[in-house]
This record gives sequence, structure tokens and C-alpha cells, in this order.
Amino acid sequence: MNTISFIVMSFGFFFLLVTVIGLIRLPGFFTRVHAVSKSETLGLALVFAGLMLHEGMTLVSMKYALIILFVALANPVGAHVLTRAAVRTGIMPPRTRRPSDALAPPQTSDGGIR
Amino acid sequence: MNEFTGAAGFLIVLMFGLCYRLILGPRVYNRLLAAGAIGTFAIALLALMGYLFERPDMFVDLALTYALLNFIGTVAVAKYLENHPEEREPGEQPEGIAE
Repeated sequence: MNTISFIVMSFGFFFLLVTVIGLIRLPGFFTRVHAVSKSETLGLALVFAGLMLHEGMTLVSMKYALIILFVALANPVGAHVLTRAAVRTGIMPPRTRRPSDALAPPQTSDGGIR
Repeated sequence: MNEFTGAAGFLIVLMFGLCYRLILGPRVYNRLLAAGAIGTFAIALLALMGYLFERPDMFVDLALTYALLNFIGTVAVAKYLENHPEEREPGEQPEGIAE
């Protein structure tokens, strides 16, 4: 039982490490939101699943399940609210230098601030 | 309890990595994103600290409360910035080339 919980928690910490690397390395705000909202939810759920396996069937374990359920609901909703606020206040994705950019619609003349 | 000490230390190191984006993030939204991520990491850190202090039945309530407050705080600040554009950082420019 303890070995299984250790393995599951190790996978969870791996996904949390992926979150940190993505938040530091990715360009632009929206790619960072993508890194945080998905891998962080999965990492936290795996960490708490490992704690549940360590704990067994107790009241504390049920509260861990409640935390997993709440975070799986709240974390994507929070990321969506934050991204919607960013879009409505005019943050643009960073421009790339690919040739397909010539086909993209032109930016607004006021720099995208709406 | 040794493995829980290592896991908590690893989480604290990861939270210092998130502080890079919290301090240097080019705009207020990047900082808010990093702050929310630090709050989410703190939930797991609180649950691990319960095993360090050998009181997981008490610390799980703290973790659950922190999860609720973290979500409410992020949504409140995001909605406030959406409705009050004058409160954003001065001299904001739209993001250009990456980095």
C-alpha cells in the first residue's frame, strides 16, 4: 500500500514540476494559463490520491476526496475567468515569425486595446 | 515521516520557482496566474504538513478552507481587473514578440 501511494505521489509531483517549468519557460500569457490549469489540476489530484492511499478509509481520506473534487471544478473555472478578463482587456498572444502570419488578419490600429 | 519532509521541501522549491513569474511576470495577469498557482501548491503543502506535525485530521480542514479562499480570491481579483481598467499597471502595452 505504501509503495503504491509513493508511486502515485511521485507522478503528482512530476506534473507539478511540469507546471513550474511551463509557467517559467512558455511564451505569452495564454500558453502559461494552458500549462497551469491542466497539469496543475492533474498533479494536485494525483498527490491527494497518493495521500488517500496512504491514509486508507478514514474521514481524512474522504476530505482529501472532497479537495480533489473541488480543485477539479474550481481550477479550470478560475483559469477561464482569468483568461476572459485578459482577453477583454486586450492582451494579445505573442506574435510569431512564421510565414503563415502573412495570412493572419491585421492587428487593430490602436494596438488591440478595446 | 522522512518522505513527507522531502515532499514538502520539494514543494517549497517549486513555489520559489513560481515566484520567478510572480515577480518578473510582464503584466498583472501573469502575476495573478502565478499567485493562484502558488496558492494551489500551498493546498498540497498544508496536507503534507499535517503529516509532519502528526495532525492530518486538523490540517486537512485548513487545506480545504485554503482551496476555497484561493479560488474566491483569484476570481475576485480577475473580475475586478476586468471591470476597472484604470487599476491595471501603468504604461501597459499589448504583448509583442515573445520574451
